[in-house]
Amino acid sequence: MTAFLRFLINGVSLGSVYAIIALGYTMVYGIAKMLNFAHGDVIMVGAYISYCGMQYWGVPPVASILTAMVVCTVLGITIEGLAYRPLRQAASLAVLITAIGMSYLLQNVALMIWGANPKTFPQTFINGASLNVGDMSISSATIITILANVLIMVALTLFTAKTKMGKAMRCVSEDRGAAELMGINVNRTISVTFAIGSALAAIAGVLLCSSYPILQPTTGSMPGIKAFTAAVFGGIGSIPGAMLGGVLLGVIEIFGKAYISTELGDAIVFAVLIVVLLVKPSGLLGKPMREKV
Amino acid sequence: MKMTKAKRNRLIYNVVTFALVIIAFFVLQSMIDAKTITRSLKGQLVPICCWIVMAVSLNLVVGISGELSLGHAGFMSVGAYTGAVVSGLLLNVYQIEDASARLAIAIVAGGLMAGIVGALIGIPVLRLRGDYLAIVTLAFGEIIRNLVNVLYIGTGDGRLYMSFLTKKLPEGVVMLVDGAKGAVKIKPISTFIAGFILVLITLAVVLNLINSRAGRAIKACRDNRIAAESMGVNVTKYKMTAFVTAAVLAGMAGALYGLKSSTIVPTQFTFNQSINVLVFVVLGGLGNVLGSVISATFLTILPETLRAFADYRMLVYAVVLILVMIFTNNPTIRSFVNRLIAPFKKKESTPGGDAQ
Repeated sequence: MTAFLRFLINGVSLGSVYAIIALGYTMVYGIAKMLNFAHGDVIMVGAYISYCGMQYWGVPPVASILTAMVVCTVLGITIEGLAYRPLRQAASLAVLITAIGMSYLLQNVALMIWGANPKTFPQTFINGASLNVGDMSISSATIITILANVLIMVALTLFTAKTKMGKAMRCVSEDRGAAELMGINVNRTISVTFAIGSALAAIAGVLLCSSYPILQPTTGSMPGIKAFTAAVFGGIGSIPGAMLGGVLLGVIEIFGKAYISTELGDAIVFAVLIVVLLVKPSGLLGKPMREKV
Repeated sequence: MKMTKAKRNRLIYNVVTFALVIIAFFVLQSMIDAKTITRSLKGQLVPICCWIVMAVSLNLVVGISGELSLGHAGFMSVGAYTGAVVSGLLLNVYQIEDASARLAIAIVAGGLMAGIVGALIGIPVLRLRGDYLAIVTLAFGEIIRNLVNVLYIGTGDGRLYMSFLTKKLPEGVVMLVDGAKGAVKIKPISTFIAGFILVLITLAVVLNLINSRAGRAIKACRDNRIAAESMGVNVTKYKMTAFVTAAVLAGMAGALYGLKSSTIVPTQFTFNQSINVLVFVVLGGLGNVLGSVISATFLTILPETLRAFADYRMLVYAVVLILVMIFTNNPTIRSFVNRLIAPFKKKESTPGGDAQ
């Protein structure tokens, strides 16, 4: 029973990281109707920047996480402006290939700057004392990750529901043409979406590396793909869906690894994605999309 | 009967494609005979053939059928593993010494196996659209890589042993596939001539398919799925045709590739490899078979000849992918380029009628 609970909590913690990453995917997909393949690599950049902040520049952990968020925000806006904006009207195949190219570009630039050797992510306030409940100990990284996830989710839900920019985002995702006619600056809205998604990616990078402290240029790609799976699982375009999908996926992955096979953990996650897409292509909380001629 | 212009252009294109490949083969073969070929190029001949087949078959899916598949290396790995097992089985159990017979059977088996896997994957996947399809093919590629990682196959006492997840084979079995170590102790039997024949078969199959009734239906589904559906085209069937054909060809290329060296490991066929092939296709031009052949050839030779380039290869690829996509798809840049080259182009359309 203790083992089961421990796996469950680890799963929720891993799933919370997926959920934060999935938010970036789901918001961008909902608004720009594109799969930002490079999102996973923004996580990696965020983790490297905060690593450098703590290891080389001697900045306190909180400040280095904030630096990473700023850098990732700028990076996200730059990527969108340089690579995706010229393709706003293009076929989705072209945009997707561009996004894959961008993902590769980020990985290889990181490889040139930081080298291929894995770096060990430093211990920060996130890895503080662990909490003992009965005979089970929960690490502080786990608790902080779950708390951060809940906090971000509440903040984002309020943001999209209450603020002017949030309303603009919902409008653009509903009908870009009509939103433009109503005087909403679509390009700016998409830029803001990328900015938020990338800032969240930086947080996710730090949280991920606090629990799994190995940092290399490909660190972001697998969690990125899994987070996209989570976004699809929960219903792409839906913010609560991303949270639900992320947490469920994390739990499934940890349980799969614990009870079925360690080697097949990834395969189980992807099998879930395929089953979900076949049974309910719009995801758990997504709205079914109608196709118009 | 008078040939239409489009038909004549197509014939010229096909003849040029075949002629280039055949001429290249004879030039290289005579270089081998005269021993004027460099060692590194000679070692590259079989891989070049494999990558040409991979690129042309992926082009069938991405360029002609218009679906982005990110798991093409998965089919290659299925073919490579099947080829290695079949070749080992034929040698160890059936004692077939003739290398070319074993190679031929292994390639056919690799193609068949990849085709079966492709059909199994295609049935669910091809119902999905656009980005979903891309991510699911990626997922399948990863699943295949995960599964071969825990696969154990060996031969002994004239029969084949196989186990999954854990190594549960009896003592004294000759291992063919050893989990994460990959396929081991392969007798390299791939030859350049076999590669050349495979390239010719691929070109014949793909070019014929593109110019057939089925090919026109596939292109119609790509250009407008709903319109094609309302004209009575069975979209799933034709998408499936393209997907499975590509899978079979990739499996054959995989078998050839796997049998060129003594080991294959699962990490050879990762997502990166699928992207590599995608770069060949995009650079050669989506839907352009000859382009795929040329870009696959040069991009395989280039890193070997330019050592400095090999370090920056993926970086350059990434930039090239982005730039090619922006330049070919941005309306502003396209009209600018068209205006630049307009004076050099023969006037084809009548004034006022911009036929699209």
